[in-house]
Amino acid sequence: MSRLSGILLGCVAFVVLALAWQAAYWAGVFPPRLFPSLATVADTLGRLTINGTMLVSAAATLFRLLFGFLLAGVVGVVVGLLMGRVQWIEDALLPIVSFMYPIPGIAYAPLFVLWFGLGDLPAILLVAVATSFTVIINTWKGVKAVNPIWIRSAHAMGASERSIFAKVILPGALPYVLTGLRLGLASAWRILVAVEMLMSVTQGLGWLIFGSQQFLNTDVMLATIAVIGIVGMLLERQVFLRLEQATIVRWGMMSA
Amino acid sequence: MLRGAITIALLLAAWEYFARSGIFSRAITPPLETIAVALVSMIADGSIFRHTLATMLRVAIGLAIALAIAIPLGMLMGRYALWERILRPAVAVLMPIPSLAWVPLVVLWFGIGNVATVLIVVYASTFSLLYNVWMGVKTINPIWVRAAQVMNAHGWRLFRHVIWPAALPSIITGIRLAFGRAWIAVIGGELLASPQWGLGKLIFDAKEFLNADTMLAALFVIGVLGLFFERVVFQLLERATVNRWGMASGARR
Repeated sequence: MSRLSGILLGCVAFVVLALAWQAAYWAGVFPPRLFPSLATVADTLGRLTINGTMLVSAAATLFRLLFGFLLAGVVGVVVGLLMGRVQWIEDALLPIVSFMYPIPGIAYAPLFVLWFGLGDLPAILLVAVATSFTVIINTWKGVKAVNPIWIRSAHAMGASERSIFAKVILPGALPYVLTGLRLGLASAWRILVAVEMLMSVTQGLGWLIFGSQQFLNTDVMLATIAVIGIVGMLLERQVFLRLEQATIVRWGMMSA
Repeated sequence: MLRGAITIALLLAAWEYFARSGIFSRAITPPLETIAVALVSMIADGSIFRHTLATMLRVAIGLAIALAIAIPLGMLMGRYALWERILRPAVAVLMPIPSLAWVPLVVLWFGIGNVATVLIVVYASTFSLLYNVWMGVKTINPIWVRAAQVMNAHGWRLFRHVIWPAALPSIITGIRLAFGRAWIAVIGGELLASPQWGLGKLIFDAKEFLNADTMLAALFVIGVLGLFFERVVFQLLERATVNRWGMASGARR
C-alpha cells in the first residue's frame, strides 16, 4: 500500500467523526449555542490564535508545567535513587510512597487552595506532588533492576563507589528513569488542565475552558481542547522520543 | 515492615506537632484527633459509604462501557491492518487529550450528575484499554494463529481458543491501567461537575466550609481504596489468570 493511500485511510476516521458531528449539529440534538458547527470551532481557533489569546494561555500553562515538572523530576529522581541504594531510606519511604501514589493528585487540589491560596504557587506545587510519585517509583525500580553482575564486576575491577554510581548504576537505571519522567510529564499535563480549572489562575488553557463555560462559549472550549490535545501529543512525541534516541537507544540499551 | 511503621509514626508525629504549633490556623491543618473524629462521624452516620458507593459505581459503569468499546475495536485493530490504518490516527489525536478537559463541556451538554461523570470515566479509560487490547492482539505469536488455522480453526473458534486467551494478559493489564486513569478522572470529575454524592464532591463541599479535617479524612479513604484495588484486587486477578497460566515473566512487586 502506498504512502498516499495510508494517509487517505487515516483520514477516514476523522471524516466519519466530522460528519457525525455535523449531522448532530444539523439535527439539533443539542441547542446550537451548546453544540457549535465545526466551521465555527475552526473559525474561533483561528481567531484566538491570531489575536494571541491561545498563545498566551498555552505559554502560561507550559510555564506551570515546566516548573512543576522540573521540581518533580529533581525531587523524584533524587528520592528514587536514594531509595534504590540505601536500605533504610527504602524501608522508611516505601510505605508512604505506596500509599500516596494511588491518590489522584487532583484530590489534593481543594486542600492546596486552603493552604497556599489561589494562583500559580499551589498549581505548580500540586503538579509537582502529583508527578513526583511516578518518577520516584520508576527510578527506584530502575536502580533495583540494575544487573548485580555489572556492579560486582565494576567492584572487582577496582571501581570506587562513586564511579560505580556514576558509570554503572545511573546509566543502568536510566531507561526506567526516562520512562518515569515520560509518564510523569503525561500525567502532569493531564492534571494541570484540571488544576487550572480549580485554582482560578489568571491565564492558562484549563482556565480558558473553565472561563468559557460561564459564557456558554462552547466554540472556545472545543478550540482549546484541540490545542490541549496537540500540545500534549507534541510533548509526548517530540520531547521524549528525542531524549530517548539521544541516550538509551544510542547506548544500545533499548531498540528504537 | 517495622521500619515502615516507625516512619509512618514519625510522620504522623511531625504532622501533629506542625498542626498544634499554630503556624497555620487549626482549621486549615487540623490535628490527627480532629481528622479521626471527622472520619468516625462520617462512618457512624453512613455518609462516607454513600459517597464511596457513588464513586465506585461511576467507575464500574464507566469501565464496563469502556470495555464494551475498547475490546471489539482493539481486536479489529490488532487483527486487520485496514482497521488499524483507519483508526490509529484518530486514536493518536484523541488519546492525549486529558479527560478532565472535557468536563465543562460535558456538563453543559448533559447537566450536572451521573451522566457527565460516567462519560468522563469512559473517556479516561477507553484509550488505555484500547491500546493494550490492540497491542496484545498484534503481538500474538503468529505461529499459534497459523498452527490453529492449519488445524482448520477459523472465525469464532480461532478467536475463542487462540486469540482471546493469548490477548487476555494484555487486556488485564489494560484494565488495571484503565482503573488508575478512571480513578483520577472520577475524583476530578466529581470535583468539577459536583454531582450529589461522591468522594470528590465530599472534598469539594468540605472546602466551601473550610473543613480541612473532612478533606483529609476523605483523602485517607481515597488512598486506602486506591491501595486496596492496586495491591489486592488486581494482584489477585493477575495471580488467578496471567500468572497461573504462566504468561507473565518474573515476579512483580
